[in-house]
Amino acid sequence: MESPSGPPPAPTGARGPEHGTSRRVRRRWVALGAVVGGLLLGGCQLPAFGAYRGVTTQGQDAFKLWQGFFITGLVVFAIVFFLIVWAVFRYRRKSDEMPKQTQYHTLFEIVYTVVPIITVLVMFAFIFVTENEVDALNTQSVTVNVTAFQWGWQFQYPGYDVRVLGVELQDPTMVIPAHETTRIYLRSADVVHGFYVPTFNFSRYALPGVTNQFDLSPVTTGTFRGQCTNLCGLYHSLMIFQVKVVTPAQFQAWVHQQQHAPNNSDSIAAAKRQIAQGNLK
Amino acid sequence: MTDLIDPPVIAAPGAPAIPVVHEREEHHGHEEHGPSGILKWLTTTDHKIIGLSYMITSIVIFYLAGVMALLIRVQLATPASSFVTFQQYNELFTMHGSLMLYLFAGPFAFGGLANYIVPLQVGAPDMAFPRLNALSYWLYLGGSITMLMGFFVAGGAADFGWVAYAPLSSATNTPGAGADAWIMALALTGFSAIFTGVNLVATIFYLRAPGMTMWRMPIFTWNMLVTGILILIAFPVLTAALVMLFADRHFGTHIYTVVGCHTTAFAGHPSVPDPNACGSAVLWQNLFWFFGHPEVYILALPYFGIVTEIIPVFSRKPVFGYKGMVFATMSIAALSTGVWAHHMFTTGVVLLPFFSLLSLLIAVPTGIKFFNWIGTMWRGQIRFTAPMLFCIGFLLAFLMGGVTGVMLAAPPIDFFTHTTYFVVAHFHQVLFATAVFAGFGGVYYWYPKMFGRMLRDNLGKWHFWIMFVGFWLTFIPQYILGLKGMPRRVAVYPSDLGWQMYNDLSTIGAFLIAASFAIMLWNFWISWRRPIPAGNNPWDGHTLEWFTTSPPPHHNYTHLPPIRSERPTWDYNHPDALVIAHGRAAGGNGHGGNGHGGNGSGGNGSGGGGARGTGSAAPSGAAPA
Repeated sequence: MESPSGPPPAPTGARGPEHGTSRRVRRRWVALGAVVGGLLLGGCQLPAFGAYRGVTTQGQDAFKLWQGFFITGLVVFAIVFFLIVWAVFRYRRKSDEMPKQTQYHTLFEIVYTVVPIITVLVMFAFIFVTENEVDALNTQSVTVNVTAFQWGWQFQYPGYDVRVLGVELQDPTMVIPAHETTRIYLRSADVVHGFYVPTFNFSRYALPGVTNQFDLSPVTTGTFRGQCTNLCGLYHSLMIFQVKVVTPAQFQAWVHQQQHAPNNSDSIAAAKRQIAQGNLK
Repeated sequence: MTDLIDPPVIAAPGAPAIPVVHEREEHHGHEEHGPSGILKWLTTTDHKIIGLSYMITSIVIFYLAGVMALLIRVQLATPASSFVTFQQYNELFTMHGSLMLYLFAGPFAFGGLANYIVPLQVGAPDMAFPRLNALSYWLYLGGSITMLMGFFVAGGAADFGWVAYAPLSSATNTPGAGADAWIMALALTGFSAIFTGVNLVATIFYLRAPGMTMWRMPIFTWNMLVTGILILIAFPVLTAALVMLFADRHFGTHIYTVVGCHTTAFAGHPSVPDPNACGSAVLWQNLFWFFGHPEVYILALPYFGIVTEIIPVFSRKPVFGYKGMVFATMSIAALSTGVWAHHMFTTGVVLLPFFSLLSLLIAVPTGIKFFNWIGTMWRGQIRFTAPMLFCIGFLLAFLMGGVTGVMLAAPPIDFFTHTTYFVVAHFHQVLFATAVFAGFGGVYYWYPKMFGRMLRDNLGKWHFWIMFVGFWLTFIPQYILGLKGMPRRVAVYPSDLGWQMYNDLSTIGAFLIAASFAIMLWNFWISWRRPIPAGNNPWDGHTLEWFTTSPPPHHNYTHLPPIRSERPTWDYNHPDALVIAHGRAAGGNGHGGNGHGGNGSGGNGSGGGGARGTGSAAPSGAAPA
């Protein structure tokens, strides 16, 4: 990446000392590159750069891509930032001398076109691989039909005759087993909603008229918050849900308990009627 | 206003200026005839008055939308605030986005600045269709008032976000008249934009002064040409989509609605539920973003143009890589028509690799522009006036917005940042960089030309620095919030997630930005109370508009300099400092210039009748090969 950082080279030796400076600067960049590259190759724990490391295998794949993109972005940002700040300070007005009226430098222009194209194509290769991993549909052990509606969620387990329904402040909980793959079929009963679990590094729209499907393969247990991300009307802010990842044994126990739970007959339509009557506010 | 100016006459201009007055108006020169005062503003077809009307209207709208942003930030300063209700909050962010994007950023650039500057830069007396131009403005003003009227109808203003996703925007889900006002407002301003696009393209193609070849047009004009073409591609799609949305709301069509579709009732047969009668909700998103992504560049390219005018002038150098920059602009425009679905990665119904690759590729021409700007400053003599500071602010702000944009072009990353505050921070950074940093840099730069008086540079610097600090303080915390999982468009958020501190920082930053804009108002005010005459060419400008008086006379020019490069005024004032093409050191150029420049080297030569045409009077070798 150093190549675009150089200025158009001075045609004569009149600016000798500056040559030395730019070479020193370039050497500093090489050193920095070596440190970052070493970190990457060493495979040690890189910082998370603000993102979640991912509870699911899909989320972890996305997280690795994030790390790579963050580092690439940081390097590009640093180079261009340095060039801007350098130009601003180094070439501030010092005299009335007329600057050389240079307009073109063909080699330099070719370099700063070709290098970004190559960079972008390499980044695309990584994207392509990762997005196929994230979107891959495997053999699932549990299936959940998720229906988003104004304003709440319904989680239905077709194999088990279990249904969880929650609206607004009564956050419903979707229970799924760890170390197994859960297939989600995502639908909307009315407007566009967004199924988003931040720690899973994943979101998907619930589009009316479309059934979206994706897999979640959690690797750790715990309770993780999810929320609707796409504006869906008045109580959009309150469309929160929980995802509880439990061991497979706990999952079976939960299913058994739910099958015998009494309050299993509410429908989305009934819930929406309640909301319309303002019973839940 | 004109007699404020007493242009300093400089000796030894490079070539005699060419009078245009005799051919165009035999007897009465460039005196304007017709009404004066408010009637003049209401009836004018002069591109300069229309341009100013556009700019004043859009800046008023900018302040209104800014106040809405402050209300939003106050609401979010505490987790469960009841400063505004959910309904008011939804209206506020919808109208903030709609005003800023549809009524400020675009009209300010292609209706205001372009209207004023493009005819001047190409040496034209007016736009190609002056009356159509006036119609554009009145449609825009009517549309703006229509949208704001939404606040005064039953049910309040539109509340479905500036993107109005179907079926939330249907009559069932958003029944109020505010939504209809919003749709009609966009139809009106959409036609206004289309007419302005036609006008810009026609003006640039047909009204260039003799000698102003395409490759001698200033980059601002080039960018406005490409913007005009993009407007003609994008806005008809939006207007058509809005008409269909209106039909869905009022005429019982099912173009975007899915729930509750019925067959049409006819004699003896009641209407029955029928899924085959259904429309497609995602069709709206496709149509909207087919407009929406070119729109992003309709909002960006004019501002890139402003920056490309200002940086060379204050570096005292030509634009580095002029032709490469034009090609970069064209590739951005071409690519921008094929990337709309990167706003729809999480819908699950778009082809991810295609839209991802095209989106990434836009980084290449944008990167080229960055190197052009840096190369222009390289080895220049940079003067840190207020306009130049705003441009440096633009470079740094757009750099970060651009880098995070590349991250968002990766679908797996977009999956967990889409519709979170990460995206909010990203697009505010790029739009703030363009419409605010570059846009108001353009105001500081061209204000002397428009009004013949300077803005106070020290107040401009205060404006810049307070805004610069406020900008980073507002948007960096929003990136962090987005990565932590805070969705956008929420009025309340849980208090136990540690989000409040970042929201508070963001709110403080927003108020700093607001304070900086109070300084700008003060700057305007004081320039009227105690004017400092600007002269024709206070910045030692490059392009044609700096050759005429400030403000320019009716029909703009009494004389034109020979146009032999994209910097005719510079060539005229600095005949010994012409462009060195392709990096070759040409004898006699370069070092040891004559030290013109600085304030007040007015370029309006009083030279008499030089022959028009490519005569021997022209400085040779000025045109890029």
